[in-house]
Amino acid sequence: MGVAVLLKQVPDTTAKISVSGGRVNEGSITKWTMSPYDEYALENAIKLKETGYGDVVAISCGPARASKCLTEAAAVGADKLIHVVTETDTLDSIQTQGLLSAAVKESGCDVVMCGKQAADTNSGSTGPGVASALGYSCVGAVTEVSIEGGVFSATRLGPSGLEEVEVRAPCVFTFDKGDTELRRPNVRGIMMAKKKPIESLTTEDLGVDTSNSMISVESHSSPPDKPAGQKFVGPESVPDVVNMLRNDANVI
Amino acid sequence: MISESSNDSLHPITAQLVGAASSIGGSITVICPGGIGSNDAAHISGVSKVISVEGDCFDTYDCIAWSKSLSPLIEGDLILSSSSAMGRDLISSIAATKRLPVVQDVTGLSKELLATRPIYSGKAVEEVRISSPCAISLRANSFEAAEEGGNAEIRIVNVSQDISVAVKQALAKAGERLDVSEAEIIISGGRGMGDPSNFSHLYEVADLLGAAVGASRAAVDTWDEIPHSMQVGQTGKTVTPNLYIAVGISGAIQHLAGMRSSKYILAINKDPEAPIFGVADYGIVATWEEAIPVLIERIAEIRSN
Repeated sequence: MGVAVLLKQVPDTTAKISVSGGRVNEGSITKWTMSPYDEYALENAIKLKETGYGDVVAISCGPARASKCLTEAAAVGADKLIHVVTETDTLDSIQTQGLLSAAVKESGCDVVMCGKQAADTNSGSTGPGVASALGYSCVGAVTEVSIEGGVFSATRLGPSGLEEVEVRAPCVFTFDKGDTELRRPNVRGIMMAKKKPIESLTTEDLGVDTSNSMISVESHSSPPDKPAGQKFVGPESVPDVVNMLRNDANVI
Repeated sequence: MISESSNDSLHPITAQLVGAASSIGGSITVICPGGIGSNDAAHISGVSKVISVEGDCFDTYDCIAWSKSLSPLIEGDLILSSSSAMGRDLISSIAATKRLPVVQDVTGLSKELLATRPIYSGKAVEEVRISSPCAISLRANSFEAAEEGGNAEIRIVNVSQDISVAVKQALAKAGERLDVSEAEIIISGGRGMGDPSNFSHLYEVADLLGAAVGASRAAVDTWDEIPHSMQVGQTGKTVTPNLYIAVGISGAIQHLAGMRSSKYILAINKDPEAPIFGVADYGIVATWEEAIPVLIERIAEIRSN
């Protein structure tokens, strides 16, 4: 038993992203945070722990800076911290999932929680990918999880609407933003977290070959600038604008 | 390619997936989970074969069970799906099952498998070179749809697969209304709408245009009546409609990230300095109370002609 929560460190959603020399200039990003959907995964992992379901093991894969989100997780109640240290930014999804699932195996957890997608790539490949790699079940876009008699009950936004589903461990849950209030760390939590050891694992430790990525980044660029728009004042301009949308833009 | 369905019929993005695949070349097989839309898929021009995969496991959504059922039937160098929430989920587990890398939310794809995709919610664009075999999900409205006129062979395959995720009860049906991620026109409201009940005026415009209604994060966070499923922005949905109408939305960077790639943007805001005007093709400085009635009247006029 135990809950592994997968956390990714991303630029704060208010961060400006600049590009130089065909690459996003990471050095100019001043604030890195835990990816927003992962915060809901963490909150639900701690709630599950409070029902007596083993320890919460926070796992993050990334460069040295990523350890910060593990310490943040410890401040609100994560028991064990694992940092999978990677310095390359061009891991393909199979490699990332390989590293994370090896770390989950190492943790011994039979429940995995993560955000439905990370706020940098917005991909959403990790949860279902890790589930497939580990042979776990998977429930996506979950907003709430509870457990009774060894059966998990989860609220998810599925293709046919909002549903309550049942699933048993071993299982991966990926989280959407819900009504769940996120807990904030208190001073004692922050102090304790600073002393919490972080177990660092390398790709070699986990036995995952990260040398031959199937994906290579050719370039990054800024989104194309739009030509300056036209601005009108007052509601009397509305009919003209509607005409332009119809006749010039052809969109209505 | 994995077809996409909505409300028990083929979703139009399936023709866009075929269009994208045709531009790369090779023979195209469409896999229809649960057999939904297989006849329509066979009529899309360029499709060589349709595999209608039928079985009880497709009654509810369980990505692992679906992936186990579909993966053995998928051959080829390139697996495509829509980048809808379900499309991404399913192709991720199919790719992992087949041990292939997956690249999500691609908006441009060349013959040489150079893929373009927005990252940081559209604050930057990434070009990646992918080695095949691989899996790719494509963003709606980014690729030219293939025409009708095909007449592909349909092969029916019955599968039997245990599901591990059981639906206990439906809490709310998927909205009757169009979702922002599927719509070609979106009208979104922000906190400037003053009260969630005022979104009824946006729905009125949406009904005239066949549009979806969205909201800014500020509106979703402020009012319980506005669900997160409507949120456009970095922690909501990233959208690329033909027309995005922002009403009472100031244009926080969080919001702009989710909608700036829209083809045309119309902003209505009473504050002439609002950042939303910086990305708008057409900006109208007015309160929504003044502007929306005129907008409704003019669109209704056009529509009745």
